[in-house]
Amino acid sequence: MPSFSKKGEDTPMDVISSAIPLLLKGLEVTIYIFIIAIILGFLLGLLVALFRLAPIKILNWIAIVYVNAIRGTPFIVQLFFIYFGINSLHFVSLNSTTAGIITVAINAGAYFSEIIRAGIQSIDKGQTEAARSLGLTGSQAMRHVILPQAFRRMLPTITNQSIISLKDTSLLSIIGIADLTQQGQIQASATFEAFKIWLTVGVIYFIIIYLISALASFVERRFELR
Amino acid sequence: MIIISVKNLKKSFGSVEVLKDINAEVKEKEVICVIGPSGSGKSTFLRCLNRLEDISGGEVVINGNNITDPKVNINKVRQEVGMVFQQFNLFPHKTVLENITLAPMKVRSAEKAETEKRAMELLDKVGLREKANSYPGELSGGQKQRVAIARALAMNPKIMLFDEPTSALDPEMVGDVLEVMQQLAKEGMTMVVVTHEMGFAKEVGDRVIFMDGGYIVEENTPDELFGNPQHNRTKSFLSKVLNHI
Ligand SMILES: Nc1ncnc2c1ncn2[C@@H]1O[C@H](COP(=O)(O)OP(=O)(O)OP(=O)(O)O)[C@@H](O)[C@H]1O
Ligand SMILES: [Mg+2]
Repeated sequence: MPSFSKKGEDTPMDVISSAIPLLLKGLEVTIYIFIIAIILGFLLGLLVALFRLAPIKILNWIAIVYVNAIRGTPFIVQLFFIYFGINSLHFVSLNSTTAGIITVAINAGAYFSEIIRAGIQSIDKGQTEAARSLGLTGSQAMRHVILPQAFRRMLPTITNQSIISLKDTSLLSIIGIADLTQQGQIQASATFEAFKIWLTVGVIYFIIIYLISALASFVERRFELR
Repeated sequence: MIIISVKNLKKSFGSVEVLKDINAEVKEKEVICVIGPSGSGKSTFLRCLNRLEDISGGEVVINGNNITDPKVNINKVRQEVGMVFQQFNLFPHKTVLENITLAPMKVRSAEKAETEKRAMELLDKVGLREKANSYPGELSGGQKQRVAIARALAMNPKIMLFDEPTSALDPEMVGDVLEVMQQLAKEGMTMVVVTHEMGFAKEVGDRVIFMDGGYIVEENTPDELFGNPQHNRTKSFLSKVLNHI
């Protein structure tokens, strides 16, 4: 079938399909950063939540200062502080990907810690008492009795925060990380087809977030069967 | 042989002194029932015996271990002291079998097959073998409490503490639980039972302790305490509760 489009002007599908391989490369970077950062952020959040609940004043304070520092400042400022601020001291040299992962992890960690703290506190204290009365240590009771129940309860809020963190990764394009948003920018200026490119980028983000939600509700339903 | 010895035990919550000066001794294989009005400190007393409550003063010696001494490994002592709660406190995310095997496996690093075999024996004993793979949410109150008893027994404790084990149950469930407890008493388990079941106290108890206002007011054999109470407070409490039966 002959093409009726003018020379040098692609059909909408051509613009998108030639941009897609590069956008998917960006998506790979986004997912890579997201997965590492969310795992680190979660572990950090767990640790900070335990600090917050420990019967040790200094640990409580560390947790409180950290959470408030993160909650009280914009993500971009945190990113610039870690990438430009820390690097300017010249005692470490963080590349942009590392700085990005650290920022997302530290940011998510603060919110996760509050979610986990609330989750732990929502479990009836009779559960701890029953576990301790059987001779379990405090940390065994936490690990085998409290946390498994708390996590089930927290799952929807954890999913929510993970989605927010995924969206935050798009800000990492500012420090030159070649994530999905950055690739979108490159494609948009190369093709002069901002509308189509950004629409495509949006759809890709939407699909990923949709998949995360679907996975989370699948896991939730598995738990509910009990 | 004396297995529980309590001397001048005091317990305060903030500035409120809830246990004022408690002295008690329990011999091996004895069944002690603790009765008294609401708020008199019965639960607090029981919870001091495995240090679920920090002890404010005095001394509690369990099987030779002074648990008021911070150097004593309380987790070790607790392995010998089973506890059954009014609200069961089963682990809802674990099956009945897992509820029972958790502590032996994690605390004693016991072997899985052996522990499960023992757990099934305990479930037989409380008449719930067929519920091994159910979750607590699928059980009635009476069944939950019997699982809770089996869970505590899985650590082979020397002493069992019961805090109003039948108070949260529908009346028709109470009998099954009391029956299990009576059987346990017959087998020679040392038991301290906080209860409102005067019939159980009369029939199964070796001694009954009456508490009021943070003190042990009176202590005697069930026949004496119920038949011939010495103190006015005991008399008025008994007249109230016995009228209700
Ligand atoms: N954690 C706590 N903090 C503050 N006060 C407490 C606490 N636990 C118990 N108390 C108080 O201590 C007193 C004794 O309580 P306890 O639970 O030992 O009574 P009880 O004899 O078991 O009563 P009941 O028959 O209602 O169970 C009550 O006045 C109660 O309000
Ligand atoms: Mg009580």
